[in-house]
Formats: sequence, structure tokens, C-alpha cells
Amino acid sequence: MAVTVLIPTPLRAYTGNQESLELEGSNISEVLDNLTSTYGDLKKHLYNAEGQLRNFVNVYLGDEDIRHLDKGQETPLSGGETISIVPSIAGG
Amino acid sequence: MLDLDTSNTELSREELERYSRHLILPEVGVEGQKRLKAGKVLCIGSGGLGSPLLLYLAAAGIGRLGLVDFDVVDHSNLQRQIIHGTSWVDKPKIQSAKNRILEINPYCQVDLYETRLEASNALDIFGDYDIVVDGTDNFPTRYLVNDACVITGKPNVYGSIFRFEGQATVFNYEGGPNYRDLYPEPPPPGLVPSCAEGGVLGILPGLIGVIQATETVKILLGKGTTLNGRLLLYDALNMKFRELKLRKNPATPPITELIDYEQFCGIPDAAAEQEKTADIPEISPADLKERMDAGKDFVLVDVRNPHEYEICQIPGATLIPLSKIESGDGVVEVKALTNGSELIVHCKSGMRSAKALAILKEAGIEGKNLQGGILAWGDAYDPSIPKY
Repeated sequence: MAVTVLIPTPLRAYTGNQESLELEGSNISEVLDNLTSTYGDLKKHLYNAEGQLRNFVNVYLGDEDIRHLDKGQETPLSGGETISIVPSIAGG
Repeated sequence: MLDLDTSNTELSREELERYSRHLILPEVGVEGQKRLKAGKVLCIGSGGLGSPLLLYLAAAGIGRLGLVDFDVVDHSNLQRQIIHGTSWVDKPKIQSAKNRILEINPYCQVDLYETRLEASNALDIFGDYDIVVDGTDNFPTRYLVNDACVITGKPNVYGSIFRFEGQATVFNYEGGPNYRDLYPEPPPPGLVPSCAEGGVLGILPGLIGVIQATETVKILLGKGTTLNGRLLLYDALNMKFRELKLRKNPATPPITELIDYEQFCGIPDAAAEQEKTADIPEISPADLKERMDAGKDFVLVDVRNPHEYEICQIPGATLIPLSKIESGDGVVEVKALTNGSELIVHCKSGMRSAKALAILKEAGIEGKNLQGGILAWGDAYDPSIPKY
């Protein structure tokens, strides 16, 4: 049950410059665990010391912020979905 | 719809001619054009985003444009900040912008605030305007703009860019979400590089800035569907647009007063970080030149990125990027390279080389930091080195 994970420019340095990855997982949390175990340097950019997703990195399932999903990171996946990581940027 | 009083707004014959392509659009018409003329828009920053959006807002006939910026035009701005011309280098950006705006449209009133936007002046400045457009380039000012918009009840037309990617939305409009609903907290300093450090495709702010201008005009007209509640993502490299839902977050605390935004964004921590590198010994370009001319035994390491090395080099320098030193591989390389010789490290202006030396010091390798980096070296001895 692979899903597509879209990696934003600022974090591509930690995924060997890959823009998009196919990862396994039965829910969002498992997919993100797979992501950070494959690309260890990503972990500190996605999670704080308490293991919570950082407040300046948003994760979307399709077009919905997972903060607004009833089950949050535990939302089940059936495969084929797209998960996007969208960090805060400030350039102008 | 924004409450705008157009009862005293008239369009002259010259203005009717100027705006004729607007006037024949049923969505604009004379009443819409009067709304644009009655509109007061404040633009924070006249840089990459501010340049294109100010040009179009001026041409569209916005009656009053306010500009907040304290910066002067630099050569490195001209690749994207298209409101400024070469003859304005070293002169204030807002003067340059006003000059260009009035050249495009003399019917526009331009009010200048040559100051840094601060918690102490934001509410006073915002109070006079209908819409605020965020064209700033840093997190503290973005949170300040957001909070001041929430407190004064102004829509915040948001855009931001990084390398080849842009984001745009409309915050705090018709009861919709604000910046803190999207990102409750900023990243710690240094985690996300600025345009000066990370680079930016010059055309990118053009597109995002024009989206901001479009949303501003639509809000003034009260027509169409704005980006309120939607975050637009743009990827220039792959020419892809995406849209994400943006909702109010019940966990966002109410914004009732302005705070210390430097502290909120962890800037004092960055100052503490800098102190760590304060006791790294330095060497002046003159002393380096003396060692070179005397043929002394030393090793010069350049910790910039490879694409910066391509732009210019100091003769004899070995490239070992800071990222490599941070990951540990570079430390081993430096150790093998120096082998008892004196170590001198440089970067563009001295910050990254100090950081590299602090890491090397922990590994037992002492060295000196070239004061002012390759730019200072260029000033003193090599006019061919560009101020990139």
C-alpha cells in the first residue's frame, strides 16, 4: 500500500534531492516513520525533541492539513494517496 | 465586501481614458474603478515581491499606496526587484519605488515610511489603510504583519518565496484564518535559509507578487473568489500549481497584543550562537597577503559551496564546504591537509568560516578566520572578485 510523499525544496537536501518518494504505511504516522528511518537527517527537521511534528512544518493528506483530520497522524491509508510536507518559508 | 466610501471619488476624463480597458469589464466598470481609486493599500517591503505588485497596483489605479522599507537598492537586488533601476543603486528603495510608481501613474498617491516595521509603529501605520500586502523577507516581520492585521482588522495578502517555490494566500479576510493558523510557530533561526543564503530564481517573486496584486484588486472590487481559506503553492522548476485547504485552527490562541517578534523567532538564541564563535582568532587580508608573498607554509581552506567557488576563488584555496565539516567528513579532510601547517579558513564574509573553525576546534584543530572573507580579500587585493 504505497503512497506518494512530496518533499519540498528546503528538505530535499536530506532526501538525496528527490522531489517525491513512494513509501509504504497503513497510516500517515507509519509512512512518516518509514520516511525518517530511510532519511535519518530529516527527522530533526520534522519532529521536535518530544517526537511531535514541528509547528512550522505542515503535513497534508491530499489537500487537507492532517491537524484537521479526526484521527490526525493515525488516519488510515488505502494506498495511492499523496502526502505533502509543506514547511514555512519567508523569502520576499 | 470591504467597506469603501466612493461618494466623493471622481474619475477625470484622463483617468477614464487610462482605465478604459477596466471600465469595459462588467466586473469593474466605473464603480469598480472608483473603488480602486478609493482604496488604500499598504505594502510592507519593496523588494522581490513588492516590486511587481507595486507596479501593477499603481497601473491598476489604486488611489493610495503606502510603502514601508528601510533598505537601499543593491546590485544583487536588480535580478528580481524590477521596480528599481541600476541608477538607483545605493539609494533608498522607497524613493526609487515612488519615482517609478508616479512615472507609471501620476494619479496614485504614494506615502513613504522609511523605517523598519516594528511592534511600536505597526498599528499606527496599518490603521490608515484598507489592505496590507506582505512582501517581507523574514519570519519576525511576517508574524508582526499578521498580528497587526488581526488586531487592526485588515486583510493580509500573503506571499513568500524560496529558491523555485512560492506560497500565496489571503489571511484575516471575512473571518478566515490567519498566518498563525497555518504556521503556529516559526522555524528556529538558521534552519530555513534566506534568499541571500539559498538563492532565488529572479522571476519567481514576479509571479507570486502578481498573484498578491490580483488578490488585492479583487478584494477592493469585491469580485471573484479570493485565496481566503486556500494556500496556493507554486513550483517554478516543474511549472506546477497546487492548492491546499487552509482552516482556522481552534488551538491558535487569540491575538490581542503585539509581542517581541525577534524573541518569538529565537533571534536572541542566534546571537548566543554567534558568541560561541567570538573567540576564534582572526587574520586580516593584509596578513594573509604577507604570508603568501613571503612563501610561508600555510593551508587555506574555503568553506563556501561549490557553486560559490565557481564564481570566484582566492589563489591556493582548497574547497571543503561547511556542510561537509558539519557532517564530520570535512574535519578529517582538513586534518589530513594541514598536517602541522598553519590553517587559515575563509568563506564569503566570515560567518561560515567562524562556524567551521568552532567545529574544527572541538576536534582539536586550531586555525584562523580570514576577516571579512573573500569579499574583504577582493576589496583589498583582487578587484575581479564580484560582490555576489
